[in-house]
Amino acid sequence: MASLSIRKVRKVYPNGAEVLKGIDLEIADGEFLILVGGSGCGKSTLLNMIAGLEPVTDGEVLIGGKVVNHVPPKSRDIAMVFQSYALYPTMTVRENISFGLGIRKVPKGEQKAIVERVAETLQMTHLLDRKPAMLSGGQRQRVAMGRAIARDPALFLFDEPLSNLDAKLRVEMRAEIKLLHQRLGSTIVYVTHDQIEAMTLGDKIAVMKDGVVQQFGSPQDIYDNPANLFVAGFIGSPSMNFLRGRLTADGFALEHGGRTAMLPLPPALAPLAAAGRDVILGIRPEHITDADSARAGASSASYHPTELECTIEMTEPTGPDTLVFALFNGVRATCRTHPRSAALPGRPMTLAFDLSKAVLFDPVTEQRISQDH
Amino acid sequence: MAAKLTFGRAALYLLLALCALYYLMPLYVMLVTSFKSLDEIRAGNLLGLPAAPSAAAWAKAWAGACTGAQCDGLAPYFWNSVKMAIPAVLISTAIGSINGYVLAHWRFRGSEIVFTALMVGCFIPFQVVILPMARLLGMAEMANTTAGLAFVHIVYGLAFTTMFFRNYYVTVPEELIKAARIDGAGFFLIYRKIIFPLSLPIFMVCFIWQFTQIWNDFLFGVVFGGSDAQPVTVALNNLVNTSTGVKEYNVDMAAAIIAALPTLVLYLVAGKYFVRGLTAGAVKG
Repeated sequence: MASLSIRKVRKVYPNGAEVLKGIDLEIADGEFLILVGGSGCGKSTLLNMIAGLEPVTDGEVLIGGKVVNHVPPKSRDIAMVFQSYALYPTMTVRENISFGLGIRKVPKGEQKAIVERVAETLQMTHLLDRKPAMLSGGQRQRVAMGRAIARDPALFLFDEPLSNLDAKLRVEMRAEIKLLHQRLGSTIVYVTHDQIEAMTLGDKIAVMKDGVVQQFGSPQDIYDNPANLFVAGFIGSPSMNFLRGRLTADGFALEHGGRTAMLPLPPALAPLAAAGRDVILGIRPEHITDADSARAGASSASYHPTELECTIEMTEPTGPDTLVFALFNGVRATCRTHPRSAALPGRPMTLAFDLSKAVLFDPVTEQRISQDH
Repeated sequence: MAAKLTFGRAALYLLLALCALYYLMPLYVMLVTSFKSLDEIRAGNLLGLPAAPSAAAWAKAWAGACTGAQCDGLAPYFWNSVKMAIPAVLISTAIGSINGYVLAHWRFRGSEIVFTALMVGCFIPFQVVILPMARLLGMAEMANTTAGLAFVHIVYGLAFTTMFFRNYYVTVPEELIKAARIDGAGFFLIYRKIIFPLSLPIFMVCFIWQFTQIWNDFLFGVVFGGSDAQPVTVALNNLVNTSTGVKEYNVDMAAAIIAALPTLVLYLVAGKYFVRGLTAGAVKG
């Protein structure tokens, strides 16, 4: 078990491409860190640098308080699970798991005991004598995790481990990884491009883009208080709605249906209402809902959701909720409504905007507008 | 539709049969001629089976025919070739395998340039290197020795073997190497435990390719072999060109087949790997 610190880490390739531009991250012993972002954001490069598979151009990587910049991968006390599983094709499952143990001179008897224990933990005892080619995707995934667990490392690294699985299996394995983390209490760094995996698994999430950490915090904090437009749009499914309008003394002025609708701001946002400022209002789908649900879920006595009449463009029933889509000032907004209240496409419907959890962004800098500014 | 298809099939088989016949005919003629007596050959029936098959020509080609001044047959030169080809094939393939492993999975600054340079090595005509190589062998006191000849073949085989192995190993997923490094394996352990066990098809390709090249080589053999280390190809040429009055076609044919036999046997034994190895794709993990 170990803490992990990443200090001002940069990565510049010989051709001059700067893929990581000064990363600072810090997690405590036993925490589950998610690196999330689109392709090319540098998340996998960062993971490889933590593993020691790629040299660090600048800055420091510390595992358990020790700088490991020049420590080879095998001496970092880490284990890694790869997207392609990277099982040794000519070895049986048993040999795959004990390969690293053998190199580390673990006595044969102990190796056997470890393999048996790991296989039992992951319910794959019956697979031990098979070759990887004879296993299904989910089973290979299990073996790859078993290989990592067997080593009992200070730090686990996961590189998009669930990306090659089908949707159902992915959800199952996700739960298993989380249970495993709870049981082992190990420190984990987990790379993914899937924001749902990020939200569900992480103690801490680092949202990355273009080699920069856009925001680093707990899942709920990032969900509720996104630092900028990118993070707000990336985390959360369906995505946050971004409505363009103006801040006035009376609230958020939204061009809608040929006139200006006024959405009064909740107390938290009211101090920001410097008159005459163009802003982007970020509001999650669950905060634009049908009037009944809004009344039932009203959060405070001093603030009431604003109701707006609109025409429904399309609906997507998901079961517990029905998502309805409507245009506001040229932007298609997703709204989460009660299935019974959702209007049919082309029909009018009253939607209630609850701005108590809304966030404001500067349309030029795309940064969050908060009271500190 | 079905009839048309059958006609197409028939035409295809006919064409294939003709091609096979075209390629096999010379071998057939050589084989039957080698078992005929000289009188029967002079009778001129090229395609007929031998009336009284005799292995005398084979015995003479192996142990008694004259290759220039000596009359010991092909045997000593055949063994020269064996002593040259086997170490040269094994060493050039082994080094090529390590080279390919490095160029595919342990890239270093300039490794692409090294690979390109090696590729160019595949296309250098051997005539170009004869003089400098002769000078080098002379200085190393390896001129006119089997070891010297094997050395030349190893050096010029490396370009091909490295290319074969490198192109095969790039299909081995990089993540396998990463996983092994994290497991604590070093350069040679990864090669031995992970890369080498995956390499059988490409080793077969290299063995066949290198053996055929080295065994069949004439130019290096005639230039660097001298009189003591002459390979069988050079001896065959001398045997055919040494005239003692009568042209012994049956002996010539037997000698030619003896000289070609090892490569033929190798193809028959390992040919399926050759085709499979050349087309081998990604290694499924």
